[in-house]
Amino acid sequence: MIPTLGGRLQTRIFLLATVGVILTGLIVPVLPGTSGSLSQTYKTAYLILLAVAVVGLGWELIYHLLMQFRWDKDWPTLLGLVTILPEGLLIWLLLDAGLIPGVDGHVDASTFVTMFVVVWLGQWLFANGPMRVLFIQWRLRGGRIL
Amino acid sequence: MVQAAGIPVHDTSLASVGGGLGSFTLLDVLRIRGVARSSIRVLSSSDTPWQTWEYLTGVSQLPPQERIRSDAGARPDNIWGFPSYAMHEAWADKSPKLAYQVLVEPVFTDFFSPRAATVFATLEREARRIGYWDMLLKGQVRMVRRRVGGGYFTILTPPPGVTKSKRVAIRSQYVHLAAGYPGLKFLDDLQAFRETYNDYHHVVNAYEPHEHVYEILKSRQGVVMVRGAGIVASRILQRLMDDRERHRLHTQIVHVFRTYVTGPHGPSVWMRRDGGDGWAYQAFTFPKSAFGGQLKAQFRNADPAGRAELSKIVGGTTTPKLRRWQEQMRAGRQGNWYHPIQAVVDKVEPAGDGRGLISHVSGQDGRRGQYVSDFIIDCTGLEADMSEHRVLADLLQYGGARRNHAGRLAVGRNFEVIGAESGAGMLYASGAATGGNHFPAVDSFLGMQTAALDIADDLARRGFCTSLGPLRSVRQWLKWAAGRPV
Ligand SMILES: Cc1cc2nc3c(=O)[nH]c(=O)nc-3n(C[C@H](O)[C@H](O)[C@H](O)COP(=O)(O)OP(=O)(O)OC[C@H]3O[C@@H](n4cnc5c(N)ncnc54)[C@H](O)[C@@H]3O)c2cc1C
Repeated sequence: MIPTLGGRLQTRIFLLATVGVILTGLIVPVLPGTSGSLSQTYKTAYLILLAVAVVGLGWELIYHLLMQFRWDKDWPTLLGLVTILPEGLLIWLLLDAGLIPGVDGHVDASTFVTMFVVVWLGQWLFANGPMRVLFIQWRLRGGRIL
Repeated sequence: MVQAAGIPVHDTSLASVGGGLGSFTLLDVLRIRGVARSSIRVLSSSDTPWQTWEYLTGVSQLPPQERIRSDAGARPDNIWGFPSYAMHEAWADKSPKLAYQVLVEPVFTDFFSPRAATVFATLEREARRIGYWDMLLKGQVRMVRRRVGGGYFTILTPPPGVTKSKRVAIRSQYVHLAAGYPGLKFLDDLQAFRETYNDYHHVVNAYEPHEHVYEILKSRQGVVMVRGAGIVASRILQRLMDDRERHRLHTQIVHVFRTYVTGPHGPSVWMRRDGGDGWAYQAFTFPKSAFGGQLKAQFRNADPAGRAELSKIVGGTTTPKLRRWQEQMRAGRQGNWYHPIQAVVDKVEPAGDGRGLISHVSGQDGRRGQYVSDFIIDCTGLEADMSEHRVLADLLQYGGARRNHAGRLAVGRNFEVIGAESGAGMLYASGAATGGNHFPAVDSFLGMQTAALDIADDLARRGFCTSLGPLRSVRQWLKWAAGRPV
């Protein structure tokens, strides 16, 4: 991908609000390690997703800065995948420290990892294919949708 | 007036002049956006949209099975770029390696690039799908002129015997100009040599047929001087080195760099291009983001002076740093048969008694020298001035078009030729002729698609075609995937 900063932020929000929301909706009923009611799990899951989006805007600023060291000003496909590690770790630490607003009580690691990996892979695959079909100019405008 | 001159007139809504990849891409987008075949004519001296490109890649030593210089998503046959050429080839070859390459590029491997053959084959499929040949009118375009009542007349000379008259006129509201390169230009000292000694055999341009050079080198040992530092020089070197290996030849190669790049270069750590051993390294003709990312946005937002400044930093001759080429050149330096030098060539003359050519050179450090070679291959690939192309020259003189600071056609954001509008009609352009404007990568597959989409957006505002929102786009993509006509 060859994002601009605006494109990065727009794409991040768009993907989490569509692919992220749908995949979370589908995965919650079958998540491992959950306790409590289904509606409680849904609430927790969507709050985590929201946190990923908000914290993610900060990550995008960092990625954008790092990208400036690259002559091509591109963001290789592989980086879109491996950034799951720092991002997942940070959210997990926040979660563990009880710092994600609205989420109270313990979230099992297996629950978090399953949800996070599914959503991440889903949005990564979507960005590398179907997104180009939906928005014909998206890839030619640095990932901007508007 | 045209009719009074006895020239038959044909009507259509949009005439695209050229019939290369630029025309093809616009036609593809317009057909996908609902324009009927009967509303479009493409006027061309070529039978297929890839004919000129196939010829130029062939002579410059890029045979169909070799990989070209663009990324997996640059598919002239598919405006969505999905699935990418990497997936296409991985599927066709049943080769997970190619899919892996595009996953880890450019970090752990070279960028993926498709084979030229893949591009030809997929273009043919798409050309059939959109009914390309129903829209083609063959012939040589002489000029495009504004009509008094708005719109344009395009004057075409069909091949002999096709029509009763020598010329026909195409009357249309819109014209699209995509005539490719105005022509090839030789280095001055080589042109002087060829004209003075009438020798077109020992001094050749990489873009003209020169297979005889490789054939002669197979039968007797020789020295070849290669001039230039771009992708074509790389390809010519590869051919010479491949032949050396394959046929156990003893060819000596002298490689003249006018500018010898010794290492990474650029104004700051944020703008530093890789380089070394003479070359400036870059995967594509521009930094990747020029095709649709940050650099594209910067060019778009800059004023003409800012664009010229940016061009100075990111432009220039480059070649990709492919692992294979690096190895070959290393072997050549070690084996003392590949000699890269920095020099400017002052004069070329025959060595006398059929001993080949002497190049008189001077280096940056003021040192002068002479190099003897059997052949000189000019890989500088200079493009001729726009005025070398008859239609462009006419347009500049009579059509209201003007040059930008880079000497190319001044076009606006929608690739409309500034000054050439005619009533409700409009003249658009894409390809090399539109360099130096708001978008740098015009002469590339993605550049053609960018131009086509932006032109089509403008035409949609004028009511000529529909817009391409998510729904239509998905529907049309499904048709593309199924190979159904648009
Ligand atoms: C060797 C080489 C390799 C390239 N590799 C790549 C690559 O890997 N990736 C990439 O993105 N880009 C590449 N390009 C750049 C570019 O994409 C191609 O050159 C592309 O073909 C340009 O399309 P075009 O329509 O501007 O010109 P062309 O494809 O050359 O088409 C112009 C057409 O106009 C016709 N024409 C001109 N004048 C007249 C007239 N008066 N009347 C009738 N017809 C006329 C010509 O016959 C020609 O068919 C390469 C270019 C070259 C030369």
